[in-house]
This record gives sequence, structure tokens and C-alpha cells, in this order.
Amino acid sequence: MEFWLTQAFNGISYGAMLFLLGSGLSLVFGVMRIVNLAHGSYFLLGGYVGLTTVSRTKSFPLALLSGALSVALIGLGMERLFLRRLSRQSLPQVLMTMGFALVFQDLGLLVWGGDPYTLAVPAFLAQSVQAGPVFVQFYRLFIIAVAFAVGIVLWVFLERTRAGASIRATVDDAEMAQGVGINVPLVSAGVFALGAFLAALGGVVGAGFIGVYPGLDFEVLPYAFVVVIVGGLGSLPGVVVGSLLVGLLDNFGKALFPELSYFTLFAPMALILALKPTGLFGKR
Amino acid sequence: MSAVAALAVTRLCKSFGGLRALQQIDLSLAPGERHAIIGPNGAGKTTLFNLIAGELAPTAGRIALFGQDVTRLPPQRRAALGLARTFQVNTLFPSLTVTENLLLAVQGTLPTKLRLHRPISSYRDLYDRARAVLESVGLVGAGEVIVRTLSHGEQRQLEVALALASRPRLLLLDEPTAGLSLAESQRLTGLLKGLDRSMSLLVIEHDMDVVFDVAERITVLHDGKVIADGDRDEVRANPLVAEIYLGTG
Amino acid sequence: MTWRRAIALAACAALLVGAPPFLPPYALTLLTQILIYAIFAMSLDLLLGYTGLASLGHAAYFGIAAYVVAIMTTQHQASFWACLGAALLAACAAAAVFGLVAIRATGVYFLMITLALGMVTWGLAFRWVSLTMGDNGISGIARPSLSSGLSFARPLPFHYLSLVAFLIAFGLLSLIVRSPFGLSLQGIRETERRMRALGYDVWLHKYVAFILSGAFAGLAGAMWAYYDGFVSPVEIHLVTSVETLLMVALGGPGTLVGPVLGAGVIVLFKNLLSIYTKRWLLILGLVYIGVIVLAPKGIVGAVRGAR
Repeated sequence: MEFWLTQAFNGISYGAMLFLLGSGLSLVFGVMRIVNLAHGSYFLLGGYVGLTTVSRTKSFPLALLSGALSVALIGLGMERLFLRRLSRQSLPQVLMTMGFALVFQDLGLLVWGGDPYTLAVPAFLAQSVQAGPVFVQFYRLFIIAVAFAVGIVLWVFLERTRAGASIRATVDDAEMAQGVGINVPLVSAGVFALGAFLAALGGVVGAGFIGVYPGLDFEVLPYAFVVVIVGGLGSLPGVVVGSLLVGLLDNFGKALFPELSYFTLFAPMALILALKPTGLFGKR
Repeated sequence: MSAVAALAVTRLCKSFGGLRALQQIDLSLAPGERHAIIGPNGAGKTTLFNLIAGELAPTAGRIALFGQDVTRLPPQRRAALGLARTFQVNTLFPSLTVTENLLLAVQGTLPTKLRLHRPISSYRDLYDRARAVLESVGLVGAGEVIVRTLSHGEQRQLEVALALASRPRLLLLDEPTAGLSLAESQRLTGLLKGLDRSMSLLVIEHDMDVVFDVAERITVLHDGKVIADGDRDEVRANPLVAEIYLGTG
Repeated sequence: MTWRRAIALAACAALLVGAPPFLPPYALTLLTQILIYAIFAMSLDLLLGYTGLASLGHAAYFGIAAYVVAIMTTQHQASFWACLGAALLAACAAAAVFGLVAIRATGVYFLMITLALGMVTWGLAFRWVSLTMGDNGISGIARPSLSSGLSFARPLPFHYLSLVAFLIAFGLLSLIVRSPFGLSLQGIRETERRMRALGYDVWLHKYVAFILSGAFAGLAGAMWAYYDGFVSPVEIHLVTSVETLLMVALGGPGTLVGPVLGAGVIVLFKNLLSIYTKRWLLILGLVYIGVIVLAPKGIVGAVRGAR
């Protein structure tokens, strides 16, 4: 019982971090149909910027903000200056984002060196309590709360605002959206920046939890893709379900079948893709 | 000749969502028949072609080619039975040469297409057939030209040539003269009229001169329904047709 | 034109056969590496350049073959022919299974599904420690020798073995892309819809191309295991798959010479650059971006355009 509860709690909190990582990738894919291999780099860079901010200012909220905003700017620049001209050319886009991923990886190494770091979280979040059979770390609760809040804000934004409606229309059919007067290039740029923002936010949060180190970018990238593919490309509810499923599958998989744990994660994804190429919640 | 019909379409329906594109279409072609389908834009002509060719699945009804039910067969299986078609918008292989385009068309219904142990240049018979088709449509000398660089008229001729290359028994032509000059259009009409009678012809066409010149029977589609069907004179004389279609042209 | 081409090919062949004994050891290893990656890149080009299918998981077949050689050599002391046969068979089998899943998808969904399948394979190599030694990889793969006593342990004989593998792959692939089947693949790349109307089973053609492509990638993977003596999950990683795509894109998709050139440039670039600077990864990243911005049709395309 204790095992199941602990693993479930860990799985859900890990899933919460994956939600931050995956929601941006899903939105970007939905709007622009780009397979963005630099998405893990946003997570990594967000973590590094957050780390530096905390060490300079001792402020955790400021770290969240600076990490997410600075990386959002980087994403915006990538989209405006490089990806825009490759609209709908999937292979050149992939190679381009791979190029950026390598550049970011090396810049990270250049600036922050090769050592792993863990971001110092505020003291009240570093506590933990024994709740019945489960050992509850406050920081894990905090991650769940952040993901929950971001999820609500995103949902309200997408469902209840004009900008959100434009994004949804573009996800459904970019050509049609352009036809009814939606500024698709503007939506694309905005969504790309938002996607980078969310991934970097996940990176800062994750830095206090799994740490930040060279290679983290390509370590989290597969998770981001699994979340998005399982849930459905371009669907917010899909990302919620996908990230929880992946968080739980990953934790239980590692605990129960350590040798096959990536397989237990990736095989359902391949199966879902084979049966329903747009994911569980995706629309054509 | 009491041979089986080249094409028999029975009570064919197609809906897209709630939109009924085709309703209860009946159409049959005797072997060797020259048949035209006319009707205003949006009448469902191209949808009917896509159903006959197998690109779309019907909502209800049945399609038979040469007596065989093909309603559930994919396009390539129907091509193997002797069906060929052209497209309203040129659907060619733009970065290949004209000869390569024709070779693809010639080998499409031959087992040769799966051979991978000999270069295609060693199959002289394929080249001979490709050249013969090239000559028949009047593109002689254009064999080594990349298709993308051909004029629209030449591409249109190639569009028809690809369909002829497999020596079909039933040929569907979707507005073959669209975008052609008068001279080009007349040339193509001459070619169509000269085709062997072992081949049946079903043509969608807007140019009434071409229709009356080539076809001996005409079916008129309007709003997804057959509103008239008969020989040239019957259709010409039909008041409903005159009102809906000929009158507007 | 054809004469010039024949002379150029003969000159290249003569150089490849005659030059190695006079090369310094480091240059020889680089050349061997280029030949093996050239096989890998050509195999991907059969899909990308000829059939129009951009696979993001092509390293799977390379890696699976490499692991088969590694495991059979280190644990069962299997012979060269047994290893090679098993490696090719495993790569084909993997491609046959993955192809069933992937071929239905088109465009960017094909990218996503092949990425996912590549990740499945990488995940197995990374975590199935009892079989693959996980992240540590399998080392100590001995270079092959034949029962006749011919040994490929030393760099020069091994280079010639790689050259034979390369020439066989180049010859077979040249034949395939010039065959009726090869032309059919190009037709599918151009216009699938017309191909169906002309009587082609597009799915079947793609599937056969997918398996053939996996087989040649497997040949490259098997040679790589012998060359490097070491196999790790890196061989299957997404980065390896994308790097191979870069080789093809840089050289010129839809030609066989292009991927060979691309493989040559990237292998030389990575190896030489890492000698002179620590920032080679940054520069490699810039190469990716530069190729897309400056030479979207690759080296071969740029040369043809200049004529």
C-alpha cells in the first residue's frame, strides 16, 4: 500500500513537471506543425537562468520569472528570424531546431560549465512531512500546485479570450484561420514564445527537483514528445492526461520493471500513434 | 453486342458530413461507348469520378467495372482491371522527365514495376510503348524535358498521355481541354475521336463543342442528381437542361 | 557526360583502392569512418531522397545491427558471417515491424512516429542492462577474421573490408534507384495520388523501400561495431538519426553521391574540429542552421544549379 501511494504521489508530481514541459510543445505543434527538437533546450536554459538568478538575488519567484521570460525571448527570436521562412517544410524545420539545440547545449556548457547543480528552493518548500504511510515532500506539492495553476490559466486563456480563440482556430485549420482574418504569423510567433516560456518555467521548477546539468535537454526531450504524442497533438486536455499517464508509467515502470522502463513508456506511445496518429485527444 | 457493361453505377450516394454531394446516381457505359457528363460547377461530377476511380468510398450504392463489383477496391486494383483517369488539375510527376512520367504510367499495370535487379533502361519494350504514347499525343521530342518546365498546354497533353499509356479499357477524363488554346483543344478532340473502340470513354467537359463532337451519350448532373440522360439530340431538346445548364452558357 | 562520369567514378575507385596504404594512420581511420557513415547516409537517402519519407528514427536499424554484432562477438564468439547475417536479419526484422506502424502516416506525422519508434529502441538499449550493458555500452568487440585465416584486425585490411561493404552497398543501391522499382519510388515521392490511379500499391512500395533502407543501415551498423569495437545507446539516439539526415540534406537528397559527400564532410568536420576547438558542438549546430539557410538543396544541388 505504502509503495503504491508513494509511487503514485511521485508519479503525479513528476507528471506535473512534464505538463509544464509538454503543454508548450503541444501548442507549438498544434499551431505550426513543427517538430521542435530544441524544446528540451528551453527547459535546460530556463533551469540555468533560474539558478543564476537565485544565486544573485536569493529570490525564487524572480528566478521563475526571469528564467521563463528570457527563454521566451529566445524562442521568439528563433521563430521570427529562422523558422518563419521554413513554414510547413517539416524536414528543414527539424534540422534547424536540431542546430539550435546543439548551439544551446554548447552555450550552456560554456556559461555554466559541466557540473550538475540543484537550485536552492525556499526553506518552507524544502520541508517534508509523514502523512500516514506516505512521505510528502512540500516541493513536490508545490510543483503540482504550479502545474495546476498554469493549467487553469492556459485553459481560461484558450477558451475564454479572443487570442485563445485565434489559437484554437489556427490549431484546427491554419489556412481557414488565415482566411477568416486571423493573423496566423502573429499567432505562431506568440505561441512559439509561450511554448518556450512554459518549458523554461518547467525547467526552473525542475531545477529544484531533478537538478540542472549538461545533457538534461536531450534527457527530457523524449518525455516531452511522449506526453504530447500520447495526449494528442495540439490538445490541452490531452497534455494533462498524457503528462499524468507518463509520470505514473515512468515511476511505476522504473520501480517494477527497471530493465524495461523506457519500453513501458515508449511502447504505449508507439501503439497509440499506430492506431490513432493524432494521439488520444487529437483532432485531424 | 450484349457484352457486360464497361461501367455500371447503381444507386450511388455520397455525403460529406451533412452535405449530400451525390444522390442515387445510376449510370452505365456499354463497351466502346463515348459518354459525357455535364453539369454546372458543384454538381458532383468530379466527386463521381473519385468514387468510380476508388479515391473516395461511397456512402451507399454499388460500382461495377466490366461486370466485377469494385465498390470496396482501392484505386490501384481498379487500375489493374483496366481503368485509367485524368485529373481536373494536372497531377503529374513534376521533377521527372516526360519519358520517366510515361514509363511510370506504362509499368503501372505491369508486374515489371516491382523489379529492382535490372536498370529500367534495359526494358526496351517499356520505352517503345512510352514513345508510342508520346507520339500519339503530339509531344514528340519532349522526352528528356523535365515536366515542371513544360507549358500548361503540354502538361495537359501529358496528363491525357499518362492515362492512355496503360492501354485502359475504360478511360475517365476530367475536363481534358481545360486551359487549352483552341488549336490545342481541337487537336486533343481529334485524338479522343480517333481512340480505338475497344476503349470506353467517360468525359467531364464544360466545352459543349467538345462534348457534342466526342460523345454520343450525355448525362446531366445537377445538385448531385441525374436530371437528364440520353443521346445528343435528346439532351439538347430537354427543356430542364436548357434552363439549368445550356441556357446559362 | 556519361564518359566523364565513368572516368570520374573510375578515378574515385582507383583512389579509394590505391591510396590507403600511403595514408597516415589517423587519415586512414577517418576514411574508414566516412565509408561506413556513407553507407548509413545512402540507406537513409533511399527513403528521404527517393521515396520522400523523412525518418527521424533511422539510427534504430544501425544500432540494432551494431548491438547484434557486439553481443554475438563478445558473448558467443560468433564468426564474421554469422554476425553479419544475424545483424542484417535483425535490422530487416525491426524495419519490417516498424514499417507496419509507420508507413500509414504521412508528412510531419511520419516524422513523429519514426521519432517515437527510434526512442523505443533507444530506451531498450539504455535500460535493458542485462542484454546491452545499458549506458556503459559493450566494449571489446574484436575485428573479424575469416576461417581461411584472413584477419581484418589491422586498420588497413579493415579499411579494405569497409571499402568492399561500401562498394557493394553503392552498387546495389545504384541498381535499385535505377530499376523500375526505383522509378516507382520517385513517382511516389512526387505524386502519390497519381501513382495510385496508375495502378501502384503505394503502401507496398513504401514498405519494401523501408525494409531495404533498414537493411543497408544495418550493414553500416554492423561495420561500425567492428570498426569502433564499442557499441552504446548513443548509436541509436535521436541525435545520431538527425545527424544522418543532415548528411543527406547537406550532400543532396535524391542522389547517391550526395549522401557520400555529406557523410565525408560531417565526419571530417566533427573529427578535425574537435582537435582544434572545444566549441565544435556549437559550430556543428551552426552548420545545421547554415545548411538549411544557405544550401537547401545540398552540395549536389548547388553544383547543378551553378552549371
